[in-house]
Amino acid sequence: MTGEALPPSGADAGGLGAAQPSGPQVGADEWVARRAQRREYLPSWLGSAQRSVERVGWWPRLALACLAGLALPLLGLGGFQLQVGIDSLGIALLAVGLNVVVGWTGLLDLGYVAFFGFGAYGFALLSSAQIGSHGIHLTSALSIPIVMIATGILGLLVGLPSRRLSGDYLAIVTLFFGEAFVEFTNNVSPGVFGGPNGIVGIDTIHGFGVSLESNKGYYYLLVILLVATMAVLRLLDTSRTGRAFRAVREDPLAAASMTIPVDRVKLMAFAFGAAIAALAGTVFAAQQISVFPTDFDTPILIVVYAALILGGAGSIAGAAAGGLVVYVIYDGLLRSPTYSGYLFYALILLALIAKLRPWRKLGLVVVATAALGFAAHAVAGAISASWVAGAPQSTGLLGDALRDWVIVPANSQTAGKVGFVLLVCMLIGLVQLKGRWQTALLVATLYVASFTWETVLSANPSVTRQLMIGAILIVMMNARPQGLLGTRRVEVAT
Amino acid sequence: MTGPQAPEPQAPEPQAPEPESQAPQPPRAPQAPQSPEPVAGPVLALTQLSLAFGGLRALSELELTLADREVVSVIGPNGAGKSTIFNVITGVYEPTSGDVIFGGHSIAGRPQHKIAQLGIARTFQSLRLFMNMTVLENVMAATYGHTRATPVESVLRLPWARREEREAKELAEDVLSFFGQRLAGYRWDQPAYSLSYANRRRLEIARALATKPRVLLLDEPAAGMNPTETHEITELIGRLREERNVAILVIEHDMHVVAGCSDRVIALDHGVKIAEGDFDRVANHPAVVEAYMGRDPEALAESG
Repeated sequence: MTGEALPPSGADAGGLGAAQPSGPQVGADEWVARRAQRREYLPSWLGSAQRSVERVGWWPRLALACLAGLALPLLGLGGFQLQVGIDSLGIALLAVGLNVVVGWTGLLDLGYVAFFGFGAYGFALLSSAQIGSHGIHLTSALSIPIVMIATGILGLLVGLPSRRLSGDYLAIVTLFFGEAFVEFTNNVSPGVFGGPNGIVGIDTIHGFGVSLESNKGYYYLLVILLVATMAVLRLLDTSRTGRAFRAVREDPLAAASMTIPVDRVKLMAFAFGAAIAALAGTVFAAQQISVFPTDFDTPILIVVYAALILGGAGSIAGAAAGGLVVYVIYDGLLRSPTYSGYLFYALILLALIAKLRPWRKLGLVVVATAALGFAAHAVAGAISASWVAGAPQSTGLLGDALRDWVIVPANSQTAGKVGFVLLVCMLIGLVQLKGRWQTALLVATLYVASFTWETVLSANPSVTRQLMIGAILIVMMNARPQGLLGTRRVEVAT
Repeated sequence: MTGPQAPEPQAPEPQAPEPESQAPQPPRAPQAPQSPEPVAGPVLALTQLSLAFGGLRALSELELTLADREVVSVIGPNGAGKSTIFNVITGVYEPTSGDVIFGGHSIAGRPQHKIAQLGIARTFQSLRLFMNMTVLENVMAATYGHTRATPVESVLRLPWARREEREAKELAEDVLSFFGQRLAGYRWDQPAYSLSYANRRRLEIARALATKPRVLLLDEPAAGMNPTETHEITELIGRLREERNVAILVIEHDMHVVAGCSDRVIALDHGVKIAEGDFDRVANHPAVVEAYMGRDPEALAESG
């Protein structure tokens, strides 16, 4: 019963994954790693493009992205587009900050938007006539750092429960904090915080003899702030602090027994995230010249989380890209019925292409749906002219194409609501059925979806765009769970 | 097999080997130049250590010493409290009574990361790697405790922050190269989840070494390994002691490993030490046989 009872070596020499003295061989380990690495990249030529981009160092890439961002207004973006650009950059900045807390450290912070609000309100109070007889009109060179540090300290305080709570429990506590912020600004001393009327007449960002007056100025400022923040975070990520963040996410107990002070690291993450949110908040307040409690409510939280998840939690570039993509879709495209229509039909088509195999079946469904539409439209028109008296919400090319296909009755609102309920029932049925019946129902469902879209959905962008972001997230999570630029993570049950 | 009453009469027995463990210590001390403060007594000592979860006594008045560069194995049936000892030493649990002495100072009740910084590193029975970090990052993360750069200094890449980072990387590479081809350079940038099971166990040991420990606690290092790898682990434990100057406490079920690497073996049942001494003595100790096999071999044969 001693160690000598064993063969000293040999049995392993030719085995899979055996270490050969001659040099690295492709063993099972390496094969798995290579395969995993391949799966990190986007498919086909997109993947090779991604790889060649990655061969360039991180800072030339960031500098290039910065230049592209700065050059964009030269194409003649103006008015609405520029405003969408500014807001998207703000969301991207928020997502990059949220990435520190959620993506790196793995703390589910649902009160994150309160830090954004705290920053905005802090800047508003320091740069308006709100406090005192003349108000405080601090130069931004002072007020922005002050607000960022104050919010960072607030982040430490809010992070205190994270020492004991994790996962869902922390989420609930922080969600409470987020809602408390909205209630607080709505109700506490309206003389200072303005109540529901918010604070108006906020100074623009000014300091060192410069004052940002135009939207273009804010656009450039945000591009630079975003790129600078990304660079700082990238440097942080590859330092001991960044490694500690990720170690705490992966396994707090193991991190603690590997000399990492877990509680302090968690608080640090909260503070960093909060300070970045505050930075976004100050620019937001200055650019809007006003802040209202409703600016910092749940919808913005959903958008920021959607951005982080879609872009890829844990990746700085992913968070920023996610912020830009989600907000451009959310506010830039989904507000206009025509653009949102294109997006809606493109999403459906993409989902069909991704999920329907073989191609014969896909063709069949598309042709059958088209045929069903024209037939239904003809029958409805023959029964009563008022049944097809309305026009689809989509305009332009899409509207023309759909005119003789989708039924839009004169009283489209009522019919649309009925159609919506029917659509939900059909979607449930679609999950229950199998085989031929499912395909048949799919054709009908597609038609009803189009009907509902053209009658009610596209006319109510405020509701629809939430639904659409949800749908995009679902499609994305199915196709690429790690997000646009994220890296795949494995969860190991212990 | 109910309650801790049965093995308790054996408790006085293990007192004997204690002076024996201190005897070989002095000649070894000069060979450990890396130790910050060579101490005359044991590096690690548990004195009258008890731990209770409500009414359940997980550990009862446990005495355990570990001399510098000594390898001690802890054996015992499942649920005997072996891993609990590690959890108490590393600060996961605070002992109900008794004390943990490390390098002459009490460390009971200190936070986990402080204890790790003092020089006690561990591996886990169920692997607890940072799965989504690279192999190198896993090891470098464990250098957090003896690096000092603040986040601002790191971001600015100040000279001392750079030097510290370079030293941390060198340490990590040194520790990984301890495992030769098994964790060779081409694996360093691969995520930890891509490693095979045996390599994950090796990486855990490498990560523990990166905390610059004086005492290493290995929780079932050979679990789930094939015979060749198990043999390797036995050799590895010897090398760790010789080349890394660490004292090692091993929990292991594989008796080949226990026999092959231990200076001393401690048997545990129901949180009570039932035997202590060299391997042959403990393995043949009636209380140990009883703990593993049941009270009466004949009665067992009849019923089975």
